[in-house]
Amino acid sequence: MSEFLVFDGVTKRFGDFVAVRDASFAIEKGEIFALLGPSGCGKTTLLRMLAGFIEPDEGRILIEGEDITRLPPERRPVNTVFQSYALFPHLTIRDNIGFGLKMAKRPKAEIDAEVDRMLDLVDLAEHGDKKPDRISGGQKQRVAIARALVNKPRVLLLDEPLAALDLKLRQRLLVELDGIHDEVGITFLYVTHDQTEAMAISDRIAVMQRGGLEQIGTPAEIYEAPVNSFVAAFIGDTNFLRGKVSEILDAEYSRATVESIGEIRLYNDRPLEMGEDIALSLRPEKIRIETHPPAEEAGLNAIEGTVDDVIYLGSLTRYWVRVGDQRIAIEKQHARYQLDERLPAWKDRVWLSWRADDGCLLTDFAVEDTELLSLPPEGDE
Amino acid sequence: MKKATTLRSRHPLPVLATAVALVFLYFPILVLVLNSFNASRYGASWEGWSMRWYELLFSARSRDIWEALQRSLVIGVAASAVSMVLGTMAAWALNRYRTRLQKAHFGLIYLPIVAPDILMGISLAIFFVTLDVERNIGAITVAHITFCISYVALAVLARLQDFDGSVVDAARDLGANRWQTIVRVVVPLLAPGILAGGLLAFTLSIDDFVITFFVKGVGSDTLPLKIYSMTKHTKEMPVINALSTLLLTFTFAVVWWVQRLSRARAVA
Repeated sequence: MSEFLVFDGVTKRFGDFVAVRDASFAIEKGEIFALLGPSGCGKTTLLRMLAGFIEPDEGRILIEGEDITRLPPERRPVNTVFQSYALFPHLTIRDNIGFGLKMAKRPKAEIDAEVDRMLDLVDLAEHGDKKPDRISGGQKQRVAIARALVNKPRVLLLDEPLAALDLKLRQRLLVELDGIHDEVGITFLYVTHDQTEAMAISDRIAVMQRGGLEQIGTPAEIYEAPVNSFVAAFIGDTNFLRGKVSEILDAEYSRATVESIGEIRLYNDRPLEMGEDIALSLRPEKIRIETHPPAEEAGLNAIEGTVDDVIYLGSLTRYWVRVGDQRIAIEKQHARYQLDERLPAWKDRVWLSWRADDGCLLTDFAVEDTELLSLPPEGDE
Repeated sequence: MKKATTLRSRHPLPVLATAVALVFLYFPILVLVLNSFNASRYGASWEGWSMRWYELLFSARSRDIWEALQRSLVIGVAASAVSMVLGTMAAWALNRYRTRLQKAHFGLIYLPIVAPDILMGISLAIFFVTLDVERNIGAITVAHITFCISYVALAVLARLQDFDGSVVDAARDLGANRWQTIVRVVVPLLAPGILAGGLLAFTLSIDDFVITFFVKGVGSDTLPLKIYSMTKHTKEMPVINALSTLLLTFTFAVVWWVQRLSRARAVA
C-alpha cells in the first residue's frame, strides 16, 4: 500500500469554529511531510487528532490501512515532539527517554541499552543523569526527540519543534533533524508556521488556512506554482498583477491588460478565455531591473517605472519600483562585485522585464492576502 | 542617595519593631514554658524549678490527656489524608475547566475558609443530628475534612498555576494510560503542593476547637477540648503547661526539619 498515512474527510469543530474542514490527504512512508500555515489554521488540531488528543467530528485516520480514529493516544503507533518539549521535570534525562519503553513493560536491560543508543544519537551521552532543568533549550529539544524516537513510532509528530529556539540553533537543529530522519527512516509529520523551516526540511508541504488545505506539493511546486494568492503570499514574497485577458495569441501565450501597468504577455498555465479576470503571481527574483530598456525578445515583458525604495541586504538588493499606482518588488542577486557597475538608485527611471512563463496564474485571488506581502509603508518623500 | 541608604540602615526602628513583635508573640509562650517548670501550682508565684508537672503528665492519672491526644492525631491524619485526595481532585477540576459550574465550585471551596467556624460548627451539628449520626470521632473527622479540603485545594491550585499540562499529553503519547499518567507524572509533580496542603490541613485539624466542640459527642474529646475542660480544674493547670511545652518543642523541631529539607532541595 503506497498510502501509508491517510486523512479521510477529517473535520473538527470547536463550537461554531471549524478548526479543520474536510481534510483528505495521504502521507507516504518515510517522507517528511510538513503542515504549514499561520496560527489558527488548524495544523496543530490535525496533528493532535493524529496523536489521539482530539477526536475528529467526522472522517477517519488510517495508518497502513488500520483505522486509528478512535484509539486512545497510548495505543497509537505514533509519538510526538511537543513544542514546549514537555519533558518530565521530576525524571532524569535517562528516565525521560526510557519512559515509553517502561510503559511498554520492556526488560530493564533492554531499556538501558536503547536509552544509551538514543543518548548517542542525539549526542547527549554525558547528560543522562541530569534533570531537564539543568540542560539548555537545544538539549531539551534533542531529549524530546530521543524520547519519542526510542519507541520506534511509525510516524513521528513534530509540533513546532524549533519555535522556542533562537535562529542559529534552529538552523543547526534543522540539519540535525534531517540527519536523524536519514538515520532512522521514520515518517515525520512536521507542523510549523515558519515557511523557511518547512521548505528546508520537507519532502512535501501542505499549506493550510482557516481549517482548509490550500495546496499540497514539494517545496518547489509550492513556491514556483502556487495555486492561489494565499499560498503565493504566505510562501516567500511576490507581486500580484490583476487584469483581464485581452487577446489569445496562441496555445502558449495570451495578452492581458493589467491595472496601472498596461498590456502584458501571459503564459497560458491553463486555457484562458477572452475577457476573463486574471491574477498573476510574479516572484521578485524573477524580475530583471535595468537602467536601460532590455533588448526585444519573444515572451519577454518590459515595463518602465521609478525606484521608490532600495534595501541593500548584502547578497541581494531589494527594490520597490513604482509603476503607475502599483509598487513592484524586485530582488537583484549580487553574484559578482563590480566596482564599475552602477546599481539603480532611488528616483532612477528603470526598466523591469520578466519572461511571461515566470509568472504564475492563480486560480483564486483574495485582496486581504496582499497584507501578507512585505511591502514597506507608502513612501513619504 | 548613598547617604539616605546608610541613614536608613542605621535607623533603630526596624530592629526595635522586630524586637517588639517577637516579645509580643513569644513572651506569653515563654511564661508558659517557665511555668511548666514552676514548683508552684499557681502561675503568679515562683517557688523554684521542678519537674513534678512532667511527672504528673506521664503518670497514670493523666491517661485521658494521652487518649485525647491520640484521638486528635487519628482525626488529624485521617482528615488530612482524605482531604489531600479530595482537595487535589477539586483543584484539578478547577484548573482544568473554566465553566460556570467550576466558578460556583471555586466559591464553594473558598467559603469554608472565610466562613466563621461557629457557623460551620452549628450547621454540621444540626446536620449530624438531623441524620441521626453517632457523634464519635468519625463524625469529627468528617467535619474536619469539610474545611481541610479547601486548604488542600488552594495549595494544589497554586502549584497548578505553573504546571505545564503538556506533560500529561506527553505521558499518554508515550504509552501511559490515565492511571499510570496520574501516578507517574501528575502526582509527583503536584506533590509539594499536596504535601503543603496536607500539612496545613493536619495543623488546622489538630488545632480546631470551635467546630469540634459543636460536633463531638460524649467521650470523644480531642486534645484542645480536653485542655479547655482541664482549665476549669486549677489543680491540674500546670500539667497543661508541661504538655504545651512538649508540643511546642515538637512543632519547632518539625518546622526546623521542613525548612532544612526545602533548603537542601533548593541547593540541589
